[in-house]
Amino acid sequence: MNFDDRKYVLVAAVVFICVVFILRLFWIQVVDDSWVARAADISERKVTVYPSRGLILDRHGELLVANTPVYDIMVVPREVKNLDTLGLSRLLNVPMDQVRERLQKAKQYSIWKPSEFERQITSGQYAAISVHLYKYPGFYAQSRTLRTYPPHVGAHMLGYLSEVSARKVEQDPYYKPGDVIGVGGLESFYEKELRGKRGVKYVVVDVHNNVQGAFKNGQYDTLAHAGKNLYTSIDLKVQELGERLMRNKKGSIVALDPRTGEVLALVSSPAYDPELLVGRVRNTNYRVLQHDSLRPLFDRALQAQYPPGSIFKLAQAAIALQEGVITLNTGFPCNKALVGCHNHPFAASVEQAVQYSCNPYFFQVFKRLVEQGRSPNRFEDAALGLAEWKPAMESFGLGHPPNLDLPAVKGGSIPGVNFFNRIYGEKAWAFSTIYSLSIGQGEVLVAPVQMANMAAIFANRGYYYDPHLVRAIGSPDSLNKNVKRHHTLVDDKWFPPIVEGMRRVVNEPGGTARAARIPGITVCGKTGTAQNPHGKDHAVFIAFAPMDDPKIAIAVYVENSGFGGTWAAPIASLCMEQYLTDTITRPDVVQRMLEADLIATERDYVPFVSKRHKR
Amino acid sequence: MNRGEAIVRNIDKPLVIIYLLLMAMGWANIYSAAYDPDHANLFDRAREYGAQSIWICVSLLIGAAMLLVRGQFIRDLAYPVYGFVLVLLVLVLLVGREVNGAKAWFGVGGFGIQPAEFSKFATSLALSKYLSGLKTLKEVRSRVVAAVLILLPVGLIMLQPDTGTALVSGAFVLVLYREGLSGNILLLAIMAAILVVLSLIMKESVFTVPFTDVQYHGQYLLIFLLAVFSLLAFLFVRKFILKHRRKRIYAFLLFGLLGSAAFISSVDQLIDRMPLHQQTRIRVLLGLEYDPRGYGYNVEQSKTAIGSGGLLGKGFLQGTFTKYKYVPMQSTDFIFCTVGEEWGFVGSTLLVLLFGALILRCIQISDRQRSHFTRIYAYCVGSIFFLHLMINVGMAIGLAPVIGIPLPFFSYGGSSLIGFTILLAILVRLDAERLEVLR
Repeated sequence: MNFDDRKYVLVAAVVFICVVFILRLFWIQVVDDSWVARAADISERKVTVYPSRGLILDRHGELLVANTPVYDIMVVPREVKNLDTLGLSRLLNVPMDQVRERLQKAKQYSIWKPSEFERQITSGQYAAISVHLYKYPGFYAQSRTLRTYPPHVGAHMLGYLSEVSARKVEQDPYYKPGDVIGVGGLESFYEKELRGKRGVKYVVVDVHNNVQGAFKNGQYDTLAHAGKNLYTSIDLKVQELGERLMRNKKGSIVALDPRTGEVLALVSSPAYDPELLVGRVRNTNYRVLQHDSLRPLFDRALQAQYPPGSIFKLAQAAIALQEGVITLNTGFPCNKALVGCHNHPFAASVEQAVQYSCNPYFFQVFKRLVEQGRSPNRFEDAALGLAEWKPAMESFGLGHPPNLDLPAVKGGSIPGVNFFNRIYGEKAWAFSTIYSLSIGQGEVLVAPVQMANMAAIFANRGYYYDPHLVRAIGSPDSLNKNVKRHHTLVDDKWFPPIVEGMRRVVNEPGGTARAARIPGITVCGKTGTAQNPHGKDHAVFIAFAPMDDPKIAIAVYVENSGFGGTWAAPIASLCMEQYLTDTITRPDVVQRMLEADLIATERDYVPFVSKRHKR
Repeated sequence: MNRGEAIVRNIDKPLVIIYLLLMAMGWANIYSAAYDPDHANLFDRAREYGAQSIWICVSLLIGAAMLLVRGQFIRDLAYPVYGFVLVLLVLVLLVGREVNGAKAWFGVGGFGIQPAEFSKFATSLALSKYLSGLKTLKEVRSRVVAAVLILLPVGLIMLQPDTGTALVSGAFVLVLYREGLSGNILLLAIMAAILVVLSLIMKESVFTVPFTDVQYHGQYLLIFLLAVFSLLAFLFVRKFILKHRRKRIYAFLLFGLLGSAAFISSVDQLIDRMPLHQQTRIRVLLGLEYDPRGYGYNVEQSKTAIGSGGLLGKGFLQGTFTKYKYVPMQSTDFIFCTVGEEWGFVGSTLLVLLFGALILRCIQISDRQRSHFTRIYAYCVGSIFFLHLMINVGMAIGLAPVIGIPLPFFSYGGSSLIGFTILLAILVRLDAERLEVLR
């Protein structure tokens, strides 16, 4: 029997199978794109390249904020061979049982993927570790950068970095969960400039998710752009000195260059070491700081608002001269029946009134400003007078936040007609109700930065520039152009007499701030003491120097320290001397200031450093 | 005319060219699949291609040597070779090395030798020898002997266990069919396969008997439908078919129905007896289960690698799936993925066409033989390659269940390469003698 025909069955089967395979291949390789997508999904990864964050420098190029590499020791359990547990324990300074436990944990997570074994080893420690790490296969270091603060100052104005919040991620598509973002201070205000631009790198990973190289030689990658440096106007030495002097005191120092509005120092005390809020210790330390009764996280320089006290008299005098309610030679007796005062000679001129800081004098001045006789009704008259006074006072940079390049700046308040109408009712208040404004008490509130700005106005004899910290971004030459000059509503000619008064405050017998003198430099200043219903009076001192070519204007506010001349004036003096001459000629004064502890008696105060968790 | 010259002149060049082409392609793909830039040398023993390079040289030598062996000698040695391989298969069970749960290897130095790979040509020789001596396959005795010849090595291989290699012996059924085995057996096998697939798919659904609350699994619906079909066929036959033919058809219908019902009912138990991974592979293949991280992982990764190759492929050494070892066993059983990914549709089609040409050429060669032995042997060779192609490429593209058998000349492994080379070389030699031999 011949079965030759059967070969066709076999041939047909072979042809059939080949055709089916080719059709199938055509389908999955050419027609169906989903496999390409799946392959890309599995084997390609988008890796974000984080640019280094911009540095922050002081006016002389000293680093205020820098980046420092830290090293995480990673472990891939599968690659660990013949582990010398004891050696590793000694090398990394991790207890033996911890070594075993962490390795076990890493194994549980994945034997193929790297896990963190030890976190944030500083570059100093790493130098000693790195040379021995090769003896431990499976262990390797992975670097990343953290913020570091070489001078350990300026925590409030610099801000810190924190993981971005879920809400922010939702609002701003730039951020991804796990990113860091500046919080507070310059870190927050200049976040966009500092952070730079993220890059993207496409890499190919193998089946164990280990990166094997660039995808298509990196042709789809985008470069990361490093963050821009901030060139601030801060003078590191003044800042450091200010923070030292303010230790164990509550209060703030704000120093400006009156010629430009540049901030030279911005001190809030109690302060904290900015390093406390870096890296893995941040959360613990933040909680400690947050619960400290002295509120070290509170930026008193920008956010505290105090009655200005006697320094307010400077502006009162200027406005009164401008409105013509007094002349340069107007004198008022020191009638302590009107308002309390200390003993001083008769103030026969504006200069003397400023020099002696005579309260009854300024009572009269403000009375004339408010009661100008425009209306026979003294209530209405007071309202008309105050309405005119308020904008003039506000032109001294008061009552509204300064245009400062920091977040969360408070603007204080200058009470106006509406304010008192709300409290007392319309036509229900008169000068007698609001007279304490005359000497900077009562409803007026001023933030320390505004006080320093006031010093700058008198230094400039009539105008100020927006105070600001950053002179240039990216390169030292690109000057900050957002700064505007503001003129007060008082003519320039009225300022020199008041400035003369300020000179006398410091330099003449009977002045209230002789402690502010600097050898060889004429300082002009004004003390203030603000009554504090909760305890000892707050002391304030504003000043500028040198008199004829002012280079620095400063405000020092010390809470609960009593009279302004005692603590605030010497501190201001030392800071100005440091800035102007780059030396301190009076170490004894420094010593006295450092030893002064004005908060030791406060309830549940805990000495500052011992309690912190140092990293 | 010199006899040696005649042999050389009569060597079937297309077959040899296809063989060399396939082996060269295989070499390139193993190089790619196992590529390691630190050991880029093609002969670097640290990587699989280094070993494969040596195996290729060995194979070429053995292949050339086989061409020198006279056909008569081959025919005479058919049974001894078969017996020798059987002995090896027994030995490997006793003293073999266990790799991946199968005792299939003799360790010789750094190399392993897998005797099951040699059983393919040995069985082919023995079967050809036996069948060529028969006039017909109709006698029960000769059928039994043929079956024993085929099943003896299969049984021993199953003991290792190496189901994949054992399954390749299914190729010999095609040979038997060609030599006169009733086509009904093949038909029956195909019908059975269809029934298995249908009942597995139907089993997934639960039906309710109309107007009652009785629920039953789908396979009973299948039986019910078959019964209805048989009834209709019965009515049709009674009305339209001549009376004297009816009886046979009735019998066929009755036994067919009963047999099918019994078979369907037992499919469940048959499947349940299988190891879990085989059950899952079948269920994944039929789309009854989606298990991309478990037993379906290989196929899913394999399809992804092949599918991502596109029309022209990613280029030599450029396949990311291949380079970064996404597909398990990619240099052995799943070597086709490398072809698919790096050479794309064009390359994979070329591979399928080359194998198709190889198989068809074997059938063609078979037809021009005057010697029964050579004719049958050529069929054996063609069928064996056919089964390997069908199962190996089929599983890589998700058309066949995952069965671990190599793709001839492509998969990494010395034993299979040598085995296939000998298989083919014997055919070339026998074919070259076709004009001399009168048997």
